[in-house]
Amino acid sequence: MGGFFGMLNRNPVQPFGVPHVLKIHEYQAKSILARFGVPVPRGEVTSNSLDAAAIAQRLGGSVVVVKAQIHAGGRGKGGGVKLAKSPDEAERLAKQMIGMTLITHQTGPEGRIVGRVLIEEGLQIERELYLSMLLDRAAGRPVIIASAAGGMDIEEVAATHPEKILREHVDPATGVIPFQARKLAFAMGLESGPAGKMVNVLDAIYKAFIETDASMIEINPLILTKGGDLLALDAKVTLDDNALYRHPDLRELRDLSEEDPLEVEASKFSLNYIRLDGNIGCMVNGAGLAMATMDIIKLAGGEPANFLDVGGGANAEQIKNAFRILMADKHVKAVLINIFGGILRCDVLAQGVIAAVKQLGVPVPIVIRMEGTNVEEGKRMLRESGLNFTTADSMGEAADKVVALASTTAARV
Amino acid sequence: MAVLLDRNTRLIVQGLTGREGTFHAKQAAAYGTTVVGGVTPGKGGTTHDGWPIFNSVHDAIRETGANVSVIFVPPPFAADAIMEATDAGVPLVVCITEGIPVVDMLRAFTFMEGKKTRLVGPNCPGVITAGQAKAGIIPGHICKEGRIGIVSKSGTLTYEAIHQLTRVGMGQTTCIGIGGDPLIGTSFIDALTLFGGDPDTDAVTMIGEIGGTAEQDAAAFIKREFRKPVVGFIAGQTAPPGRRMGHAGAIITGGQGTASEKMDALTKAGVHVVKSPADMGTKMREVLGK
Repeated sequence: MGGFFGMLNRNPVQPFGVPHVLKIHEYQAKSILARFGVPVPRGEVTSNSLDAAAIAQRLGGSVVVVKAQIHAGGRGKGGGVKLAKSPDEAERLAKQMIGMTLITHQTGPEGRIVGRVLIEEGLQIERELYLSMLLDRAAGRPVIIASAAGGMDIEEVAATHPEKILREHVDPATGVIPFQARKLAFAMGLESGPAGKMVNVLDAIYKAFIETDASMIEINPLILTKGGDLLALDAKVTLDDNALYRHPDLRELRDLSEEDPLEVEASKFSLNYIRLDGNIGCMVNGAGLAMATMDIIKLAGGEPANFLDVGGGANAEQIKNAFRILMADKHVKAVLINIFGGILRCDVLAQGVIAAVKQLGVPVPIVIRMEGTNVEEGKRMLRESGLNFTTADSMGEAADKVVALASTTAARV
Repeated sequence: MAVLLDRNTRLIVQGLTGREGTFHAKQAAAYGTTVVGGVTPGKGGTTHDGWPIFNSVHDAIRETGANVSVIFVPPPFAADAIMEATDAGVPLVVCITEGIPVVDMLRAFTFMEGKKTRLVGPNCPGVITAGQAKAGIIPGHICKEGRIGIVSKSGTLTYEAIHQLTRVGMGQTTCIGIGGDPLIGTSFIDALTLFGGDPDTDAVTMIGEIGGTAEQDAAAFIKREFRKPVVGFIAGQTAPPGRRMGHAGAIITGGQGTASEKMDALTKAGVHVVKSPADMGTKMREVLGK
């Protein structure tokens, strides 16, 4: 159950440079997959350990699995996946897990608080396989990745045994063709019975991928039971944020407790904010320029406290909210505003910054570099505001100035 | 000569009657672009700020002889707009819209296969040929006519590059914002191919970002057959590990899409890679010995 796609960092947020995705829990992913016909183990989710025994009772069998539900992989090693041999034991394990801080190699040292557990039937596993589906950008098509080496860290497999990674592109005009599924199944060493079932599994995965606007579906492991069935023992699904407008039911699956509170707050105002570890707050328009601004701060010897893209058409109100969110991070000792006005005019930006500073009383030095549409008017407004801004004419100068100011400003408490 | 757009460009705006569409149609016209009309289904036969509006791209092409379409249509309808323009046979479609679902773009790409239309974008700032025409949102006033081509995944960072070049006295032929979405029409390689064949373009500024392998692919292309000087910058050198991209791409491509991987590949291909985004302009001047 290696965290193939998991973020290694402390927050389960968007990586830079890829479209935004919505992460959901394992139990939610399985429920989606089951709806499209992917076989999953029987199970129920609960946030109350008192329900656990009854769930185990209903599932029957000699053993059930209790699985902590957090948005991070590596749960098994961290103590978040355990076997229970009786309903009482299931309840005891659920009680231990719910409310615990689970630390895995993907959560970072502060871990994640477990809110729910999934309790599932125990199964007789014959083999563990790997399956995923995602977009291959270069090919412009979805690709199936499959491996006979399931149940382990697939990146590790790809690094050490690249020949064990199988790929099959899907033509959106046809969907997964049965021969493609059989080809993968036989290459993974399945017999003809399970290979036939693989046709249905991949067809269902592709339908789920398209119809839910998934960015990625990963099943690791897909198990072959001793009875010859294929089931998704674990599942991860991430959804394309841009398509959530047509999936109100899926939008509900967002779990805000899994996200950084400041990032959640920023998202309410359509601000793309990612918290980092440094002390220089950044406010920039455009993701590329925002990344470049972080780069130049680092080159000047500083550490950015965040990535913040206010977008192309930010208004004064958004600028104010951006400031509020920036300053809520107590590590921030100086702020760099780098705006290249295209649609966002420099005078509008200046107006927003002045209003924000007057209203919020920003207690740290602010360096402003702006360029583009109405820049002279914007600069004049900053000069005449009576507020203490430091201005810069280029990115390089702005970075040098803000790094110097941050190093001489006392820590905020 | 430049590429993609010139004085013969006849531009229609899909979504002209919307706020963004109207604003940027006016900006394009003010820059000297021949804007010949707009498309808004249901508003055909009306005029908007003096421009004729058509119900379909087919009508607009027939009536105006447009050869470029720029799309300012909201995300849920944008892929449809791209396919309509393709079906109408518009040679160049520039899609500015940000936030189009990937599944919609998959469909559009499947539809466009084998057809003659070139797509730039989506989720891009568009294209501008300095002093001649623009389709998109790149501010015209920062450009200066000259002999440098620009190709970039980013929006405002493209403006920064243009501004720096203009400031050191180096004007541009055409600036192409290709966009940073997972599925885009015109790639770095496509843009470089255009610049390679343009006698008016002496050198190219190329701006990439972390994620994907388009920059590595471009590096291989440059090494193999691109003979004009290239100055490159990759944004996201300091993005912390683990937030760079889903590891998915890594398995498909065998790379992680990090800035250092991309910078290495470009450097090995002979590209003049700058570490600091502040050096894009001065580096070009140095490379061209001016």
